[in-house]
Amino acid sequence: MSAHPAATRAAPDLWTRIRGSESWSIGDRIGVGLAWGAGLLLCAIAVAIVLYMLVRGLQYLSLSDVFSHPLPGLGESGGGFLDPIIGTFIVAILGIVIAGPLGVAIAVWLTEYARPAWLARAVESGIEIVAGTPSIVLAIFGLIVFQQSFFSALSPTGEGATPLGRSFLIAGGMMSLLALPLVVGATREALHSIPRHVREASYSLGKDRASTIRRVLLPASRRGIGTGVTLGMGRIIGDTAIVFILLGATLRFEPNTGLPGWSLLTGNGSTLTTYVYNNSPAGEGGQPEKAYAAAFVLLAIVLALNFAVDLITRGKGKSWTR
Amino acid sequence: MKMPPPVRRIQVEGAPTVVPAPANGNGHASAVAGTAPRLKQMPRAATTPLERMRTEKLSIAYGSKLAVNEVSLNVRQGEVLALIGPSGCGKTTLLRSLNRLVELTPAATRGGRILLDGEDVDGYDVTWLRRRVGMLFQQPNPFPMSIFDNVAYGLRERGSRKPSKKELEPAVTEALHRAGLLDEVKDNLDHPALALSGGQQQRLCIARSLAVGPEVLLLDEPCSALDPISTQTIEETIVHLRSEIAIVIVTHNLQQAQRVADHVAFMYLGDLIEYGEAEQVFRAPVAERTREYVSGGFG
Repeated sequence: MSAHPAATRAAPDLWTRIRGSESWSIGDRIGVGLAWGAGLLLCAIAVAIVLYMLVRGLQYLSLSDVFSHPLPGLGESGGGFLDPIIGTFIVAILGIVIAGPLGVAIAVWLTEYARPAWLARAVESGIEIVAGTPSIVLAIFGLIVFQQSFFSALSPTGEGATPLGRSFLIAGGMMSLLALPLVVGATREALHSIPRHVREASYSLGKDRASTIRRVLLPASRRGIGTGVTLGMGRIIGDTAIVFILLGATLRFEPNTGLPGWSLLTGNGSTLTTYVYNNSPAGEGGQPEKAYAAAFVLLAIVLALNFAVDLITRGKGKSWTR
Repeated sequence: MKMPPPVRRIQVEGAPTVVPAPANGNGHASAVAGTAPRLKQMPRAATTPLERMRTEKLSIAYGSKLAVNEVSLNVRQGEVLALIGPSGCGKTTLLRSLNRLVELTPAATRGGRILLDGEDVDGYDVTWLRRRVGMLFQQPNPFPMSIFDNVAYGLRERGSRKPSKKELEPAVTEALHRAGLLDEVKDNLDHPALALSGGQQQRLCIARSLAVGPEVLLLDEPCSALDPISTQTIEETIVHLRSEIAIVIVTHNLQQAQRVADHVAFMYLGDLIEYGEAEQVFRAPVAERTREYVSGGFG
């Protein structure tokens, strides 16, 4: 072996690459083994979920489900889940339309200005608190706020002319709080990764801070912003509590009165998460086949978003040296 | 059997700093044995050097730490001024003060005066000043946009009028030509700038600075991240440019200073120890510190 050390090093077998060196202690070997085990276990769980949902989903899913409206009333068989699919996208888009620009603006302010310092610290803690608040708490808080008569334009009114506090607009608005920390975090990280000398190069060409942000820093953070927005949409699509409390979780669209588009946005409806809950025997319903099919569609949407994040981050172009 | 760990070879940046041993330890003439040939192929400036910038008893402190201590210097068009000295001697701080970039550091304070064409730089609008006094950084830092847009960057958004691509084209081409990059990129102006090689990126940064028409160009170790060939190309560009633009270069590479500089300022712990013609500073330094530094005694 000492005769051809170069040959051994040129083509190391897998085990040599894992160990990196021959001088690893027994503790290190156990550690590496555990790390491998944990990784493999995670893969196994993911594969199990996807395979199970794939089998069940394909077993029960039919195209007519995806393109037809649910029948009114719980427990009734028949009907598809077109409304919840559209509802999922409406809520996700409403949420991200609010959270995207707001999150990017907060991230830019925190990384490029952050004066006065106490305000920056307060904003940071605010984001952390919002990120850590369970969505059920956000939902109940939203209900209290939007049931005030000041917001009566945003949702159908119940008895005594008090607003229900439940509509796509309200649910989307509260959902934006779920996505906001993710957008802020990813954008901040992207801005932080731009070396200081890149900003200084822009200043050295006679540009002020605003045009440096607009022309250099934001374009350079595109990937980070895209990642944050996509992760945020995934978070919104997967949420159930806000849909239950702030959207009504009705199986079908139940538009408010008013102009066509506006009546939908201020009306009630559901998303795939509540549809699954309302149809699964584990939840409220007795239509497991509908629940499986809808869960499969939900999983497919979320996986597609994760895949999009992968694509966004993998294509990382050339960057600067610090 | 255990094998010895492989030796990790550390890549030396740019040209190696060659510090030959002095032939004998006494006498000014032999204090330095640097043999780097100057880039003499380039004609000297046709006109006599013209003063563009001057510092008068310039002091800069970061909090309570004095980084530059009462330095008075002249920066002239038609020649290259090299700032040399060991790390932390204040040469980069001095350079960054010339276009008021040092003001971006919150704790930095300044004393003394900096004049551009006889006028105090504090009297100028800072964005205007920075267009007159351009800067190049240690790491190439083109913006994440096309080659064309990088060079046009400084020309756009001036005032309310938005110049079209066609209007900008002659200025962009001219700047790329002066930076010696035009032949390599003229067919790919719409390619992303970050896809260029390191040396090309740095020349693109030069072109980007030249496009806004500066009178002074500040170079902060512009070749320290580049290979020897790119370094040579950039040094030739620097020597070419000095007739039109006053150039100040901070460098750790004494050979580079010998190759490109007409005047050399040696700084140590914030003080300007020695300032003079490059030939004199390297061949016959007056101060003991300078002699030690240029002969490789410390640094």
